[in-house]
Amino acid sequence: MKEVSIVLCGEAGQGIATVEQLVTGMLKLSGYHVYSTSEFMSRIRGGTNSTLIRISDEKSKSAFIDRIDILFPLSSKALKHLEHRISPETIIIGEEGNIAEEYCPNRANIIKVDFTKIANEIGGKIYTNIVSVGIFLALFGVEENISKSYLTKRFSSKGDTILQNNIKACQRGSEIGNQMLEDGKLKIDLQKDDSVKNYLTLNGSQAIAMGSIAAGLNFISSYPMSPSTGVLVFLSQKAEDFGIIIDQAEDEIAAVNKGIGAWYAGARAMITTSGGGFALMTEGLSLSGILETPMVFHIAQRPGPGTGLPTRTGQEDLQFVLNGGHGEFARAIFAPGNAEEAFFLTQHAFNLADKYQVPVFILSDQFLVDSHYSLPDLDLTNIKNTKYIEKTDENYKRYLLTENGISPRGIPGYGSGLVNVDSDEHDEEGHITEDVHDLRPKMVDKRLYKKLKLLKEDFVKPELIGPTDYSILLIGWGSTYSAVKEALELSTRKDVAFLHFKQVYPLSEDTIDYLKKAKKVVVVENNATAQFGKVITLEYNIKPDQFLKYNGMPFSVEEVKEFIEKI
Amino acid sequence: MDTSIYDMPHETDVAWCPGCGNFSILKIVKQALTELDIKPEKLVMASGIGQAAKTPHYLKTNVFNGLHGRAVAAAMAVKAANPELTVIVESGDGCSFGEGGNHFIHNILRNPNITHLAHDNMVYGLTKGQASPTSQFGFITPVQVQGVTNEPFNPLALAIALDAAFVARVSIADQEKSFEVIKQAISFKGYSFVDILQPCVSFNKINTWKWFRENVYYLEESYDPKNRTEAFKRATEKGKLPLGVFYKNEKPTFEDYLPVYKTNKDPLFKREANLPQLQKLIDSMRQ
Ligand SMILES: Cc1ncc(C[n+]2csc(CCOP(=O)(O)OP(=O)(O)O)c2C)c(N)n1
Ligand code: SF4
Ligand SMILES: [Mg+2]
Repeated sequence: MKEVSIVLCGEAGQGIATVEQLVTGMLKLSGYHVYSTSEFMSRIRGGTNSTLIRISDEKSKSAFIDRIDILFPLSSKALKHLEHRISPETIIIGEEGNIAEEYCPNRANIIKVDFTKIANEIGGKIYTNIVSVGIFLALFGVEENISKSYLTKRFSSKGDTILQNNIKACQRGSEIGNQMLEDGKLKIDLQKDDSVKNYLTLNGSQAIAMGSIAAGLNFISSYPMSPSTGVLVFLSQKAEDFGIIIDQAEDEIAAVNKGIGAWYAGARAMITTSGGGFALMTEGLSLSGILETPMVFHIAQRPGPGTGLPTRTGQEDLQFVLNGGHGEFARAIFAPGNAEEAFFLTQHAFNLADKYQVPVFILSDQFLVDSHYSLPDLDLTNIKNTKYIEKTDENYKRYLLTENGISPRGIPGYGSGLVNVDSDEHDEEGHITEDVHDLRPKMVDKRLYKKLKLLKEDFVKPELIGPTDYSILLIGWGSTYSAVKEALELSTRKDVAFLHFKQVYPLSEDTIDYLKKAKKVVVVENNATAQFGKVITLEYNIKPDQFLKYNGMPFSVEEVKEFIEKI
Repeated sequence: MDTSIYDMPHETDVAWCPGCGNFSILKIVKQALTELDIKPEKLVMASGIGQAAKTPHYLKTNVFNGLHGRAVAAAMAVKAANPELTVIVESGDGCSFGEGGNHFIHNILRNPNITHLAHDNMVYGLTKGQASPTSQFGFITPVQVQGVTNEPFNPLALAIALDAAFVARVSIADQEKSFEVIKQAISFKGYSFVDILQPCVSFNKINTWKWFRENVYYLEESYDPKNRTEAFKRATEKGKLPLGVFYKNEKPTFEDYLPVYKTNKDPLFKREANLPQLQKLIDSMRQ
């Protein structure tokens, strides 16, 4: 096996996330590549949630897969929930009450373990999960010193009894796991790789938050909304270390207006929200368009309309983000494909917003923000930040008409000039004007065409994966990256390539060359209307074929592979 | 008083109707700023949309003329990003209490150190005379054809109920006393709110200059603005409208609580990304 896929499935509140954290942390420290992702219901207790952990001995596989090698059902409904993903090869480890045999295609692969009984012997039901952690550790040969020190770090603050019980539970689990290996019930044969031990693990929210820190973020105002809240929470935890003003806004309308006010006064600000919250921000977006204040939006998509599926994933808001806000003005939209891209694109977004005084979007989704990635590094050596702020003098005019459309940006209190920004159409000084003959068209050109031209010059190029002499080109954006990439690598087709867009708007003109080379172009998107396909049609006058998924779940590697084989 | 440092450097086409109360408010705000010796380049005037919200365009200072109803939200952020600036919000009753009602409530609670001057003409001026939240019961408009049936919004009672830092009402029909109160409000530390009764000569034929002279009285000398119960009682009185400072409650501001200014007083624009600290954070995630 090059890679093992393990799924934990149970109710919210049963501590699946704790197992995920402990297992992924310890496996990484032992030298395995790990990746994990969860699908969960919008509730705090009960229901049925599952977490997929992929453990591999080559580069970490950060895509969702259907296949389950080992399954830990933690509740009686777990197997039914995963019915369509359980195969005769799936090994099911659980206790009697959680194994509904009608969902087990191969009874020989059922391994019953009395988790509750063992946990009760140790000190109570709360240790159940740690027993399964112990099984994991045994299966992957994690050394005892690693697990002991990890558990100590994690539980020592809860007192010695709890810590010792956790260690005991883990040991009991290990014994059971070792017995399984001895009995030949399962066999895992992965190579450890020492370099992985030094990898960092982080989820998509953290990557975006850290990207904003790398850019010098110092103000965030937001209103909680899944799945975007992780960014706000992480920044709040780090606020004191990095000098960030945190403001939980009274509503999203306030949040965006505060973000714009903060940029006006010289801060580097961001808001984080999801589609419904962004809907409330569209007037503010338009305000940043006319004020020409920079602004950074992080929109973590979830399926709509309305409240939709709050904890699920989708790519349904590209057209909304692209067209949101009344009136006409320039904007840029980035869509990271994984944690690393999320980090660097977010850092870039602040500088781009600042440089051209436009709103810039990071468009992520639940799958990306809630996935846990491990990667070798986030290399800061090439991080550069430029503040495009000028000290003003008495003659300063905020909207000075210049050749390229960018007026030097002053901020109040820095220099002797005055900085007037106005949501009415305005003159160069920033005062209300109704000069429709001369100033109005000039101001529109400035805010729209001139800035779009500049944004295109700074276009972040897409990444081509696969053969360069392709005849079929798959196109994706954002978090579909890893599933399509892995599927393509697994496929036997030699004529298919994949073009992953990290900037989805505006597109540079020369990118059309990639599309022209192909006999057939297919967009792969997590929505029902091929929203990026529409952007391509608009920009390049090419109408691509579509492969769409819109049930709230990310693409699995298997389904993309099947699609590729059939094209 | 010579308020010329606040005069616009060139001819300005002022969009107000002759006889409008806004002219007098502009005049006394300039006087108050001059007397408090606030430099135009260290002041930001924020406003929303409406006739009142045009005020910042008519004096020489930094202007943030944002969206209808949203001035307080933006102003609060300007102050947080640079506490060295004096920040004043000027907007109408519709902007402040209708479209912006939620921001009014939450910034009373948040208590940023800004001043909020609400030009309360009890009508929507710019959109030509519909009822505003403060329009009196029975006020007839092209929309409220049978007269307003809503209870009028009482911003003072609300602010006092929420334990605001500074709550006052003036009538611009009395410029001298209004000047004193507005001056106090600007120099007060905390969210200082002044409801300025202002005649709209074009769309409010009920609450006229004369009405605002005859239907008000001043809180007496012995009145104690620290007494919240009394303040609430006065704010909810029926009949003539009391004027003056109703309530003062000095307390730490939003900016006081911000850890970013604990050891470093620099406004945010002077700060840089902390990459060494970020490197530490990255390394801590290798565990
Ligand atoms: C979102 C939004 N809704 C409505 C308007 C239209 N509008 C502009 S000003 C205004 C009301 C103005 O009333 P008030 O705030 O009392 O100011 P006044 O003109 O009376 O000084 C309205 C409804 C707008 N500009 N924006
Ligand atoms: S409409 Fe009313 S408030 Fe507006 S300028 Fe005219 S008189 Fe003043
Ligand atoms: Mg009004």
